[in-house]
Amino acid sequence: MTPPGIIFVSLDSVAVALGADEIAAAFADRGLKIVRTGSRGMHWLEPLVEIEISGVRHGFGPIGLDDVPDIVHALANGADCKKSLGPVEAMPFFKNQTRLIFKRCGIVSPTSLTDYRSLGGLAGLSAALKMTVPEICEEIAASGLRGRGGAGFPAAIKWRAVAAAESEQKYVVCNADEGDSGTFADRMIMEGDPFLLLEGMMIAGRAVGATKGFIYLRSEYPIAARVLQEAIDVAYRAGLLGENAMGSGGRFEIDLFIGAGAYICGEETSLLNSLEGKRGEVRVKPPLPALEGLFGKPTLVHNVLSLCAVPHIIENGARDYAAIGVGKSTGSMPFQLSGDVKYAGLFETPFGLTLRDLVERIGGGTRSGRPIRAIQIGGPLGAYLPPSLFDVAIDYEALAAIGAGVGHGGIVVFNDSVDLAEQARYAFEFCAEESCGKCTPCRIGAVRGVEVIDRIRAGDDHARNMQVLSDLCELMVDGSLCAMGGMTPIPVESAIRHFPEDFAFPPKRRKIAASEHAS
Amino acid sequence: MDGPANVDASLAEIMTPFVGLTGGLISALRAIHAEYGFLPPESEAVASGLFNLSQAEIKGVISFYSDFRRRPAGRTIVRLCAAEACQAVGARALERDLALRFALGPGETSASGDLTFRRVFCLGLCSAGPAAMVDGRLMARASSEKITAAIDNAALEQK
Repeated sequence: MTPPGIIFVSLDSVAVALGADEIAAAFADRGLKIVRTGSRGMHWLEPLVEIEISGVRHGFGPIGLDDVPDIVHALANGADCKKSLGPVEAMPFFKNQTRLIFKRCGIVSPTSLTDYRSLGGLAGLSAALKMTVPEICEEIAASGLRGRGGAGFPAAIKWRAVAAAESEQKYVVCNADEGDSGTFADRMIMEGDPFLLLEGMMIAGRAVGATKGFIYLRSEYPIAARVLQEAIDVAYRAGLLGENAMGSGGRFEIDLFIGAGAYICGEETSLLNSLEGKRGEVRVKPPLPALEGLFGKPTLVHNVLSLCAVPHIIENGARDYAAIGVGKSTGSMPFQLSGDVKYAGLFETPFGLTLRDLVERIGGGTRSGRPIRAIQIGGPLGAYLPPSLFDVAIDYEALAAIGAGVGHGGIVVFNDSVDLAEQARYAFEFCAEESCGKCTPCRIGAVRGVEVIDRIRAGDDHARNMQVLSDLCELMVDGSLCAMGGMTPIPVESAIRHFPEDFAFPPKRRKIAASEHAS
Repeated sequence: MDGPANVDASLAEIMTPFVGLTGGLISALRAIHAEYGFLPPESEAVASGLFNLSQAEIKGVISFYSDFRRRPAGRTIVRLCAAEACQAVGARALERDLALRFALGPGETSASGDLTFRRVFCLGLCSAGPAAMVDGRLMARASSEKITAAIDNAALEQK
């Protein structure tokens, strides 16, 4: 065996948070060449290092500093190593995915335009430059692409509205304020393949007639900020961005904007206010951002994953994309498994798998070995579901039928130590903390919700307070301006519906001692 | 050297490049934060002049975002994720543990000025929780022991 030339180590936040920088430095100290990549999404194996052997990437992980000499020795002598995982792409978790968005993530050097092009990058943009503006919008319409940020709104409706709006200035704004707990797909793609997002924005800009794009990134993602800024700089230097962007004759610019810590700024109108340098309070709709968005100009606002789906659609055609998935849930979705789950990470797959497939077959059940009691799907505003509902297929309509939603594709697994009344209380607590304060149902309702649940858990006038809680939820759903107040009742009411024993007084469930809690 | 006029001049120097940029006020405040670790009280008047906004509007923006502090934080800042994915793997117990160990609640700074303990809602490390950040360094699968060691390390690096 020839000595390996390059060691691939992820620069993804999860890998770094588990020591990847130190591992990379240790290999570099031994004279090996390091290439930093994104993550493969198999986070239980991070820090994962990869080495190319006969043209195939072999994985080793999870790697500690102690393993470094062992691996170096094994490589030099062609011996086996106890952390060897074999060819990374042959591992079941990886092999069973349909990676349309994440096809390059974990393979390429994120800010190398050469790498990006060599694995099909910019093919979508090249195709778009040969199409007319209406053709691009119609291709998006035919693909059935729905917004991946949470609402699942058909993308083409927004594209057509912005394209049709008359204005001397239009914008494309990427919502990278990925604040939902249990979601990290935006972060991973921005850290691992940032040019994909830029390409998606360039195509969108061309389709709707925008000359300026902004990426609104949350401040909690410093590594994504660094990688994205570098990618933007590379794109300008290469003439992809700027005047005569990619030889199109038209101008397109992208700026990165970093937020300042506010979950609500993931709501599109709040995001636009924040991008204007103001308090991130939500705006009353209408007017829709498509007509009056950033600085009152027509603005296409899309989540990172929605924009990242675009190059593939334009390159391969809408029919190809629409053939994947089920019903009105076309294409692939990068699902994110987290919480108490053995194989935590990112799994991109067409819609249509069941929750059980994802959580048990792919996720491998809990990391702690305890039974699963609940999952929360779709972030802090998503439903808590019991295992009896795990045979539901994951698509927008099937989940809506059981009072749940796909959201941004996050699935958090809870073991049997979870107290759903405590989780419901937290839903209100989070809403109280993060409400922008503009509308009363959300601003006051969230605080009242915490108080009412405290009374219920204390057994204070229990039956009456359960009714108050139900009324409060109804009012928040009907009266809130945006999804923050309007959807906070979803985790609360799903917890009550599926886990009523936790809301009884005294709670009917066996009390689990603190020492038994998973740590 | 840090007389009021000098502070004003220094704040203005940091903020001026952001005047006229999209979202410039927030970026300017972030830049001051990066330099000082908090927003000195003079920031409001200086920003008000530069951005042609009332001080009430500036205060409104500052108070809206959780990244902005009006007082210096401790020399080491520990942020601990308090959101669902981390709760599912013991974040609540970890928060209680750290609160006891350092006699500090979330949002508090120790009297010695050594340590600030903050809650954060999601660092994007959900697949390897509990997640924490110690002085800007990400930590996955956090524990009391790992966080304590990181605090000790940070203190050593400051010396």
